[in-house]
Amino acid sequence: MRDRLSRRSAMLTIGGGVLLSMVALPGVAGDEDTAAAIRQLYGDRAPTAGRISLQLPTLAESGNSVSLTLAVDSPMTATDRVLRASVFANRNPRPLIATVLFGPKCGTPAFSTNIRLSGTQDVIAVAQMSDHSLWSAQVRVLVTVGACDALQLRY
Amino acid sequence: MPNSRIKMPESAAAGESIEIRAMIMHPMENGFNFDSQGTTIPVHIITDFVCTYDGTEVVRVQLQPGLSANPYFSFYLTASRSGSVDFRWTDQDGTVTTNSALLQVT
Repeated sequence: MRDRLSRRSAMLTIGGGVLLSMVALPGVAGDEDTAAAIRQLYGDRAPTAGRISLQLPTLAESGNSVSLTLAVDSPMTATDRVLRASVFANRNPRPLIATVLFGPKCGTPAFSTNIRLSGTQDVIAVAQMSDHSLWSAQVRVLVTVGACDALQLRY
Repeated sequence: MPNSRIKMPESAAAGESIEIRAMIMHPMENGFNFDSQGTTIPVHIITDFVCTYDGTEVVRVQLQPGLSANPYFSFYLTASRSGSVDFRWTDQDGTVTTNSALLQVT
């Protein structure tokens, strides 16, 4: 039995490796996909920048869990309040991350959670007030290892 | 039924805004993970979270796979009268997890 590496088996191994690296990589959304996701939820009007404070770490080591704090500048009275807010990540496979609806018993329009980021990208928050005005904020996050990359390393 | 945890003060003054933290143990599979056989694990997420108090909603969250595993939320509630604060998580296949905590309003 010959145990030295033949040209044919070497070519097969390289070819197989190239094929394997091509499958099952999750797609990445573009700016048009993100804009479409925002339009689907909030309609055609473009949000104005401001009135939202979006806090995320500047550098996230792992994209699997990135802490996010969203606070909207609103008095939260019966007539002037925040109805809902959404978080989008413009380079995730699915741009929409979550939508929060602030009910009548919520007196401070602030919210925290942990999100997944597939890589370095902008996180966008959009909020709708009770007068139907739309506001947005955008924060750049540098991600060392994305939520999708970490899993590719295992297989 | 998944395990859930609530952190909130036991008592509050009327009209005070208190912070509530709620977490549930859930993998929130995003559809891009593989099992040991190399097959794709399908999307399995919690789709809806509601917190109700004094007969009305405090916060409702519509979740997507972009949220981390074991989704955690922190939000604020305005205390009005003593009673229970109810939490309800709904899975995509209809599994409902509930939890509640008592709030004493002074």
